[in-house]
Amino acid sequence: MTISEILTKIKDTSARAVVENSLKLAKDNQDYHALLSLTEGRALKRADEVDSGKISGKLAGVPFVVKDNFLAFGAPTTAASKILENFDAPLQATAVEKLEAEGAICIGKANLDAFAHGGSTENSAYGPTSNAYDKTRVAGGSSGGSAVVTALGVVPFALGSDTGGSIRQPASFNGVVGVKTSYGAVSRYGVVAMASSTDVIGSFATNVSDAEMITDIISGRDKNDMTTLPDFFTVQENVKPNQKIGLVKDFMTDDVDPEVRGAVNKYVEKLKLAGHTVEEVSLPMAEYALAIYYIIVPAELCSNLARYDGVRYGRRAEGVTTLSELYGKTRDLGFVTENKRRIMIGSYVLSSGYFDAYYQQAQKARTLLINEFNKLFETYDILIGPTAPTPAFKLGENTSDPIKMYLNDIMTVPTSLAGLPAISVPAGTNQAGLPIGVQLMGPMKSDASIFALAKSMENK
Amino acid sequence: MTQISRDDVLHLAQLSKLELADSEIDGLQIDISNILGYVEQLSKLDTTGVEPTYQVTGLGNVWRDDTVINYGISREDLLARSPKVVNFQIEVPKVL
Repeated sequence: MTISEILTKIKDTSARAVVENSLKLAKDNQDYHALLSLTEGRALKRADEVDSGKISGKLAGVPFVVKDNFLAFGAPTTAASKILENFDAPLQATAVEKLEAEGAICIGKANLDAFAHGGSTENSAYGPTSNAYDKTRVAGGSSGGSAVVTALGVVPFALGSDTGGSIRQPASFNGVVGVKTSYGAVSRYGVVAMASSTDVIGSFATNVSDAEMITDIISGRDKNDMTTLPDFFTVQENVKPNQKIGLVKDFMTDDVDPEVRGAVNKYVEKLKLAGHTVEEVSLPMAEYALAIYYIIVPAELCSNLARYDGVRYGRRAEGVTTLSELYGKTRDLGFVTENKRRIMIGSYVLSSGYFDAYYQQAQKARTLLINEFNKLFETYDILIGPTAPTPAFKLGENTSDPIKMYLNDIMTVPTSLAGLPAISVPAGTNQAGLPIGVQLMGPMKSDASIFALAKSMENK
Repeated sequence: MTQISRDDVLHLAQLSKLELADSEIDGLQIDISNILGYVEQLSKLDTTGVEPTYQVTGLGNVWRDDTVINYGISREDLLARSPKVVNFQIEVPKVL
């Protein structure tokens, strides 16, 4: 259901009835394992406050779900890890606060790869989430749970975080809209940090207008997050006509699933019918993006995850005699293998002797990638390509080979490294009925015009 | 291609303050070697004279007045989240 349909239902019945229904749907769909917890008590209390007129706003009574790396009241914030198993947030993420200020009601916290490290939600310390269309397949990730609850209609929208594709790829795997905002558009205050130079907050929704509305509410400068940009997002009502759109041919090679390419080509034809010009463009540095990403991101996350030490909060290992032992044992218990792998890669590339060859070289290569994007955006309004090289893969298919898993992000990491906005929109299914997503990517701060184009193409 | 030895894995674990289960070490040795092998393709790129990009929005240092900001959280609230608190102080085992 869309947000406006939910609002009508609240008017016709009550916020309590709508929230109760949402909680029921969450319980009925437990076997997908999309949610780690429900915030039932708090949600119902807020629903009653909506019904009594105490809470109002654009989203009064509308239920939503947050990825469990957002600090939120009503249930622990685990980041799908054991180290934060019982962590009770002392504050709420700014994005959650802003939604609550508009009357929205958080009903639960969604599964993810532990600390958002992964592309399938199989790295959750609490077990994987199944795809909304095929329970033997992955939800995608890392925001897999948020995508699945939106696709199943448990809630009309959900929040996620995207460091290298963690919103867009699961959106494409589950047939919903997934938004990666421009870097700095949405406050990250109160969200568990992964890679500080690429982490962004965004949303999942069943249609573009809803995702646009959520972006409008959660974006903006936040004094608690010094990396947020001055307010720039405003909803753009009309789409700019006759746009020049670049089809990234590096994302359309023979290695990419033919049905995925077919879906993109179909979308391109519709763009042309709508009066836009589409030309093939080349982004040669895209080939290196994943290598850049897997140096920079581990480097940043190994610093960000240093704070999980069992001292100030979270789980602490028992039976240790020295501080060093406490750190080591706590982190062994608290992290999944993928967390450890990434932390250790980070430690490696930042080590003296390797720093220049890996980390510095990656940051320079990132400049070359950004230069290529900038050059393309001198001529083109928007770029288009697939969101992921395949539809959802089987559970367990890529778990034994981290590089194979990482390769799934090959089309989403370039924009993350450059901080650019991008959205994944549903573009039909393959013959087996699995959803395929098309990705629209724009220059820095062009979020509103990407929404406008995607909206104009919806239902065409 | 970079080969990571078992000792390298243990050294990286130590730098990362991670104790590893014995069963994890072999797998990590292979994975880390493969991942470093993959990212080494960047050495082919000529980056002479290219400035590194550490962050993407051109943000410089952001300054604020040196005054206490009220985040709405009390000292008690934060201390209550620590696994072990004695007299308003977090207790840890001996350092050495």
